[in-house]
Amino acid sequence: MWNTVLFSVIPYVAVALAVVGGIWRYRTDRFSYSSQSSQFLESRALFWGSVSWHYGILLILGAHVIAVVLWTVWGALVNDQGRLLVLEVIGLAVSLLSLAGLAVLAARRLSVPRVRSVTSPMDWVLMVVLAVQVILGIWMSLVYRWGSEWYVHTSVPWLHSLVKLNPKPEFMVNLPWIVKAHAVLGFGLIALFPFTRLVHIVSAPVTYLWRSYQLVVWNRRAAQ
Amino acid sequence: MTPAGKEMTGMDIRAQVSMVFHLDKCIGCHTCSIACKNIWTDRKGAEYMWWNNVETKPGTGFPTKWEDQEKYRGGWERDGDGVKLRLQGKTSTLGNIFANPALPTVDDYYEPWTYDYEHLFDAPEGDDQPTARTVSMISGQPMDVEAGPNWDDDLGGSPVYAANDPNLEGLTEDERAQMHELERMVFFYLPRICNHCVNPSCVAACPAGALYKRGEDGIVLLSQDKCRAWRMCISGCPYKKTYYNWSSGKSEKCILCFPRLESGHAPACFHSCVGRIRYLGVLLYDASQLERVAGSADEDLVEAQRAMIADPNAPEVIASARANGVSEALITAAQRSPVYKFVKEWKLALPLHAEFRTLPMLFYVPPMLPVMAKVENGTYDVEDAGNGDGSAMPTFTGLDQARAPIRFMANLFSAGNEEIIREVYRKLLAVRILMRAKSVGDAADGEVAEALAAGATTADEAEAIFRLTSMPTFQERFVLPPLAREQQIEATVNPFQHKQEAGFGSRKQGERRW
Repeated sequence: MWNTVLFSVIPYVAVALAVVGGIWRYRTDRFSYSSQSSQFLESRALFWGSVSWHYGILLILGAHVIAVVLWTVWGALVNDQGRLLVLEVIGLAVSLLSLAGLAVLAARRLSVPRVRSVTSPMDWVLMVVLAVQVILGIWMSLVYRWGSEWYVHTSVPWLHSLVKLNPKPEFMVNLPWIVKAHAVLGFGLIALFPFTRLVHIVSAPVTYLWRSYQLVVWNRRAAQ
Repeated sequence: MTPAGKEMTGMDIRAQVSMVFHLDKCIGCHTCSIACKNIWTDRKGAEYMWWNNVETKPGTGFPTKWEDQEKYRGGWERDGDGVKLRLQGKTSTLGNIFANPALPTVDDYYEPWTYDYEHLFDAPEGDDQPTARTVSMISGQPMDVEAGPNWDDDLGGSPVYAANDPNLEGLTEDERAQMHELERMVFFYLPRICNHCVNPSCVAACPAGALYKRGEDGIVLLSQDKCRAWRMCISGCPYKKTYYNWSSGKSEKCILCFPRLESGHAPACFHSCVGRIRYLGVLLYDASQLERVAGSADEDLVEAQRAMIADPNAPEVIASARANGVSEALITAAQRSPVYKFVKEWKLALPLHAEFRTLPMLFYVPPMLPVMAKVENGTYDVEDAGNGDGSAMPTFTGLDQARAPIRFMANLFSAGNEEIIREVYRKLLAVRILMRAKSVGDAADGEVAEALAAGATTADEAEAIFRLTSMPTFQERFVLPPLAREQQIEATVNPFQHKQEAGFGSRKQGERRW
């Protein structure tokens, strides 16, 4: 029963919340569809915290996603003792980097009064959930070694089953509770997406790369 | 939109609402700043912003040392024949998206504060009078005021502020000493708003594409709904005229009071100007020359920008303007534009820091700076006036002994080209000599003709300059038809849609709820 809720129901609820909530917020509250930067109020600690956090978490999250999308490639990659060791060491280092960054950001929000004044309750909720999630991940990688390998045979097929709309919680039910918590909390973050500053993920300004520098807007439509 | 005008004539003529500041007339009263503040930035998160501010020059300005692009990395720099953003390239922009590499912090401006007035009423009975302490408007905590708006106001000669003006670069030790010497100390005022540039680096630096230049009138705006708070515009603008609202998490800037312009009212800063130093009018310019002008060598920048401004009476210019949808009313206004006269016909008004290569479209008539005189042995001597005849006639030989060195003005207004500043001053001097000869009549024979020749001007032109400088009517200073936004919008478009969009941003209160 609980396993069904955790691994068959919650993922769909979370994704539905993210999509519907995300669209709803974009339509009703486009103004705040970004992260509220506080660099203007405090710049030095933000640099160390924000850069370490973002690059660290992007790399780790990227590895998670690649293993799901290109599972055969990933499987072949970790199918060698040496490569596996290198991957695990890099992964641990990068996740520690992101945790350190998050710690700097949290300390900054707590200790700089100016920054505290622009911090919302949802910012704290998100900060705590992110910290718990990263700590769970690091803990798991230390206690249950070679996660990059067994991930391909447990969570990856479970995620695939979710995509195929044929959830198979049996891939997850026998895993240790830390792994279960990490997986469920991952979907918890997806559910939090529209209600926190996480929305800035979809604001990533990639179109900047190919747009022209100058933008001129005419009210009158082209008359040709 | 492909400009229709370009296909016809090879030109791409657009209209630009432009302004001239006559610095000889600025008394530094800050009325413009207050008028602007009361209308636009009297809000939470915007307390520290001064879309219009007036600084003392020499001085460090607002934010402190904004002209120092080694520090702030604003504007463009030359790259071969073209230009590139001094801040960073496009891929670096994305790489640096998590921490802006050159963002001024609130301390570079000042932390806004108020006073704890409540305490005056609530303080328990005691031996001392209660006081209202300063508290930060950001954190609400008690604070010591260490900077504020106009913090170096009137501090000409100050070793802390005036001596650190970035425009002193290239001045000799003697010249610097002279500028700060107590009895010859010199300063003037520099009112600044957004320059509504033709090549705005704020627009170019914005990853989200929130900033844009309006095709119809050249006003540079920042969409509050598209802004995603990457803050690159703040670093990108070399004039530091986009500001970050720390409360709403959006950047904001001067909007040239476009809601007022729509109904034919002058901008608040313009309208409230006590010294009547401002002139507002339309310039027609050839946008197809943008890249060539922006990539010119430093010493050619001012002349190249003058060349970009088109003659509003030339038939091919008018044709191209019409094809681009510039209204007849705007074309007529451009032909009567006081800005065109000062900038192009008389060549008296210059862009501020042309070397930033944003092609700023607001212009300044450099100040003559007080009379070229000094106090010696307690008496006030007009430089070079001791011709033995007691004449107080200004002369050209005094130009290079001006209290503010030509070099300083050249750093401000001509990208270092001193000859351009000299030309301006020679013409301004010619006007003074002509008018003095007329009203006092103490000119020696041939002196006036000589002065007019040196100033490359004629008696008629000099008199026109004098008239528009010293006794213009409001209608002569402000030549702009109501922008009539409703007519600029195509009739096929649902009018109610644009009714909402014509005002200042969204009609909803910009608020963060998460």
